[in-house]
Amino acid sequence: MIPPVFEYVRPNTIPEAVSLLQLHGDDAKILSGGQSLIPMMKLRLARPAWLIDINAIPDLAYIREADGYLQIGGLTREADIEASELIRSKYPIIHETARVIADPQVRNLATIGGNLAHGDPANDHGATMLALEAEVIATGANGQRSIPIQDFFQSIFTTALEHDEILTEIRVPAPAARSGGAYFKLERKVGDFATAGVAAQVTLDSNGVCTKAGIGLTNVGPTAIKAVEAERFLRGKKLDAENIAGAARQAMEESQPSSDLRGPAEYKKGLVQELTKRALMRAAERAGR
Amino acid sequence: MIQTTSPEIGGMGHAVKRKEDARFIQGKGNYVDDVHLPGMVFGHVVRSPYGHARLKSIHIDEAMKVPGALAVITGADLAAAGLAWMPTLFHDKQMVLATGKVLFQAQEVAFCVATEQYAAADMAELVEVEYDELPVLVDPHKALDPDAPILREDREEKSNHIFHWEVGDKQGTQQAIQGSPVTARVDAVFQRCHPAPLETCGCVADFNPVTSKLTIWLTSQAPHAHRTLFSIVGGIPEQNIRVISPDIGGGFGNKVPIYPGYVCAVVASLKLGRPVKWIETRSENLQSTGFARDYHMTAEIAADRDGTVKALRVKTLADHGAFNAAAQPSKFPAGLFSICTGSYDFPKAFCEVDGVYTNKAPGGIAYRCSFRVTEAAYLIERAMDVLAHQLKMDPAELRLKNFIPSDKFPYQCPLGWTYDSGNYAAAMNLALKMAGYQDLRKEQAEKRKKGELMGIGISSFTEIVGAGPGHTFDIAGIKMFDSCEIRIHPTGKAIARLGTKSQGQGHETTFPQIIAQELGIPQQDIVLEEGDTDTAPYGLGTYASRSTPVAGAATAMAARKIRDKARKIAAHLLEVSEEDLDWEPGKFFVKGAPSKAKTIQEIAFAAYTNLPEGMEAGLEAVHYYDPPNLTFPFGTYICVVDIDKGTGEVKVRRFIAVDDCGNIINPMIVEGQIHGGLTEGLAIAFMQLISYDESGNVQGGNFMDYLLPTAVETPHWETGKTCTPSPHHPIGAKGVGESPNVGSPAAFVNAVVDALSHLGVTHIDMPIAPWKVWQILREKGIT
Amino acid sequence: MAEKHHIRVRLNGVDKEADVEPRLLLVHFIRDVAGQTGTHLGCDTTNCGACTVLLDGRPIKSCTFFAVQADGREIMTVEGLIHDGKLHPIQEGFRQEHGLQCGFCTPGMMMSALALLEKNPEPTEEEIRWGISGNLCRCTGYQNIVKAVQYAAAKMHEGVLV
Repeated sequence: MIPPVFEYVRPNTIPEAVSLLQLHGDDAKILSGGQSLIPMMKLRLARPAWLIDINAIPDLAYIREADGYLQIGGLTREADIEASELIRSKYPIIHETARVIADPQVRNLATIGGNLAHGDPANDHGATMLALEAEVIATGANGQRSIPIQDFFQSIFTTALEHDEILTEIRVPAPAARSGGAYFKLERKVGDFATAGVAAQVTLDSNGVCTKAGIGLTNVGPTAIKAVEAERFLRGKKLDAENIAGAARQAMEESQPSSDLRGPAEYKKGLVQELTKRALMRAAERAGR
Repeated sequence: MIQTTSPEIGGMGHAVKRKEDARFIQGKGNYVDDVHLPGMVFGHVVRSPYGHARLKSIHIDEAMKVPGALAVITGADLAAAGLAWMPTLFHDKQMVLATGKVLFQAQEVAFCVATEQYAAADMAELVEVEYDELPVLVDPHKALDPDAPILREDREEKSNHIFHWEVGDKQGTQQAIQGSPVTARVDAVFQRCHPAPLETCGCVADFNPVTSKLTIWLTSQAPHAHRTLFSIVGGIPEQNIRVISPDIGGGFGNKVPIYPGYVCAVVASLKLGRPVKWIETRSENLQSTGFARDYHMTAEIAADRDGTVKALRVKTLADHGAFNAAAQPSKFPAGLFSICTGSYDFPKAFCEVDGVYTNKAPGGIAYRCSFRVTEAAYLIERAMDVLAHQLKMDPAELRLKNFIPSDKFPYQCPLGWTYDSGNYAAAMNLALKMAGYQDLRKEQAEKRKKGELMGIGISSFTEIVGAGPGHTFDIAGIKMFDSCEIRIHPTGKAIARLGTKSQGQGHETTFPQIIAQELGIPQQDIVLEEGDTDTAPYGLGTYASRSTPVAGAATAMAARKIRDKARKIAAHLLEVSEEDLDWEPGKFFVKGAPSKAKTIQEIAFAAYTNLPEGMEAGLEAVHYYDPPNLTFPFGTYICVVDIDKGTGEVKVRRFIAVDDCGNIINPMIVEGQIHGGLTEGLAIAFMQLISYDESGNVQGGNFMDYLLPTAVETPHWETGKTCTPSPHHPIGAKGVGESPNVGSPAAFVNAVVDALSHLGVTHIDMPIAPWKVWQILREKGIT
Repeated sequence: MAEKHHIRVRLNGVDKEADVEPRLLLVHFIRDVAGQTGTHLGCDTTNCGACTVLLDGRPIKSCTFFAVQADGREIMTVEGLIHDGKLHPIQEGFRQEHGLQCGFCTPGMMMSALALLEKNPEPTEEEIRWGISGNLCRCTGYQNIVKAVQYAAAKMHEGVLV
């Protein structure tokens, strides 16, 4: 309940933040929304000696379209993503994802940057960004670099971010015409992590044939999983019931859930199959519009 | 409930808005953690990580180096004062701080005290404890195996068996079962869960070395009993102890036991001569304070082919954890579980319960259980449904066929209780009507043809509350009366104090309504206090739905004593004899000459200014009520569910709750109690479980995994009522607070089983998580 | 012991200054340093919402936020609802509709409800339930809380509160 002692600093610029990270090395952690980090500190499972609060750094929270991308600043609050009319109308898959993260109060502080950088396979944005083939922009001592999301999640709580890098932006390629996506999450109650979650994003050609498919899975493996075989299966096919079922079966095979208090692994696999089906159907509907 | 007083007086039946709200909606409640005293310091408990281990050593040097550290109390320190163990509320003892060994994960091992709360937490982390692990016992079914580790070395009998209890006609029941053409059987586990009120337990213990007075602000549902026990256990003279139970953020039975943290805070305060605050965290609350249920039950119902029940046989294994700390009346090791014949007219019945120790936290009686009535009602309602499905009979029809007829009350049940009144068919028929039952069954049949899963579950429970008559009931030796003291002021206003203690039930509003009914004093003119043992009359507290049946009766009786004296004063004022007077709420008037009257306010004034010759001044009375019997509220609940085949999720589409608690004081408050209790029942049926793995690690020990429903999971509750007053209660009222938790789990489970019964499913144990339903559907080839 | 930080927090319209350890949780700052005990603590895993306060108008769980982070910012708690001695429609609603029993969840619940109504003045029942989904209640079963919020919405819509 009571966190251990730590020192606190609140830099005003990214270069300041980065040099603090370099200075303190493994003793330091970034404080963004804090909605994953602070609970861990209260249980004394995380004990950073230094907290570097980046919330005062300006121009890190934004939602905009530019250069063919949707660009979301790393410090953008989940509540603002949920409320964004731009995202709700053009990227409903992201709206649906943000909306089911934790609860309203947590969403007022939690950031998309933190959600991704924490590397928790139970966090929801990972699957969605994998389905959207997004790019992570990391800013460090050597400036900015772009990390494809497929290379971002390495293992549980471990991402491709260097210790002195901050996730400053996530960018999503603007979808082609006749694209649609959806996120389905099953949770034991509002506020829980996913028992399983599936994000599906598809693009159809004028004949209704799938030219692009992205499927991401939440909390059924050591990281968010990109169901590449299921995606491959769908390319070049129509999104009819049979093909959707085939892709769903494939996605299920690619999931690696563990049994825990949310349910046995077999159930979670079954859920992946079912939720993939529903997500693909909804995505196809939205693409066909 | 027909109101016989005006809204201005606000007696029985009026939906009076609550007085207590004023402070809560302004954030000015006074809960234990809000208490700040000069010089106050803070306690934090060090807890065992192991389920079963020898305690080898405790080193406190590092902990004492924390700035602000004042003391670390260990079991050895307490043992020197004879306090390492304390009696439980049920013929056992439990360790306050561990000596020799630890018996459950999270058991209290040491108590750190520091000037700041954060420092006390730092200290706790630095206390070094060495353990030698011992084999762990978490399966109650293995507790009596010859090779099971013996947990309680302190007991004379080296066994994990705590008690065997039985009641009823064993032979007769056996014969009836053998002689009946149909037997339905169900093995039902009522899982270990936890009441989890939103405010955790805690205290501020303030020993004043100058006056030798110990004041304890305490999250207590029974402040007087706690005062007496602290006095006996601690050797402190009872007149020097004051227990103040201020605002309590929910109890649900969690705040009836005395916890080691309280005792440690008292000891620390005695030692340091300053106030010591101890407030547990949520994890501590879930992992170490009084759990609920953990009953492993088997019921067999013998019946004729037409569904007439002939006999009930029940056998139960009770997992009590490491100490028997069940807070229940002393002659009832299984509480009031023998109400398990429920609403049905069983000619024969037999019930036996065996309790065992395991390496788990102690408790058992909690979570709105009415002393194990939740377990009993769940079992019989499940068993009746199993019988109904076996006979291919409609579950409503089977119940109606077997209800104790309304003209058979008072009813002597085969397990010893005398039910005061009931009209089960009326409640059932109202519920069926509200639900549109026949249409629902039609809908279900159509859906079934299309492969859609819809279920309807019924529960027709009978409750037993209001403990209880002195000849049968006591807790730790103290009889279970309750009390009310009323004092009328010269200007006709009043103050009343009770031996009960509200934790949200609205006593400050409802008990004045009883007085308003009896005396015609407007309810808003009456202040109600509870919880301060220096001022309130002795009572056994609020739990097991006993406040209205016992203290409510005491209130009416005290008010009637006042009315008797008021009559004499009125006669004096009107210069007539008492027999010439009639009464209507608020005034005495001369028979036949209604304008010759005196109001209760005028009488009150006269009690201080113009008394009859020889009469004592004042207008007050106290009454300690020994109830002649318990009261038996009842009801029928109907639940409608739809199952998502792909995910196993169960959605509660509708829930109809018809309750009968006799005469109602405040319908708004009763309805609120029902909503809350049904929500707890929903949580129990679908979400809640405290379990232990084979190494004794507790699962579900914080709110991430011990699930409480939000407003999104909670359905809309449709409530209705019938009114069958209690013939023996002064205002015809029964209790009601726990009925929804008693009656609803079976309704939820019956609905889910009903949705799947055509697939051959006869029972599913709670909590019915989606994965359980999904596995069944997978096995049956549905999904 | 870490270096203390001097913070100034605007709490219910009044500046509160103190020197605090970085690890001091905002809820403890509010309750113990500022002495406003209306905000409650119900859990230790950021699940229950009893500690909900408004940070620059947005509901947050004050148990999962450090006091140092609140430096220079505005906090509103239940004590800030009353205005010139008059109850806020939210408070009235809770009383009129019996939206509380033990009162422990009530302050946090009202803060979430207030924020909901300021963003969405005419919410549907579903939107109300969703809006308070971060606040647990054990006593009421939420049904009367929904009615309380609907009462407040109607009252606020009337323009009673300027």
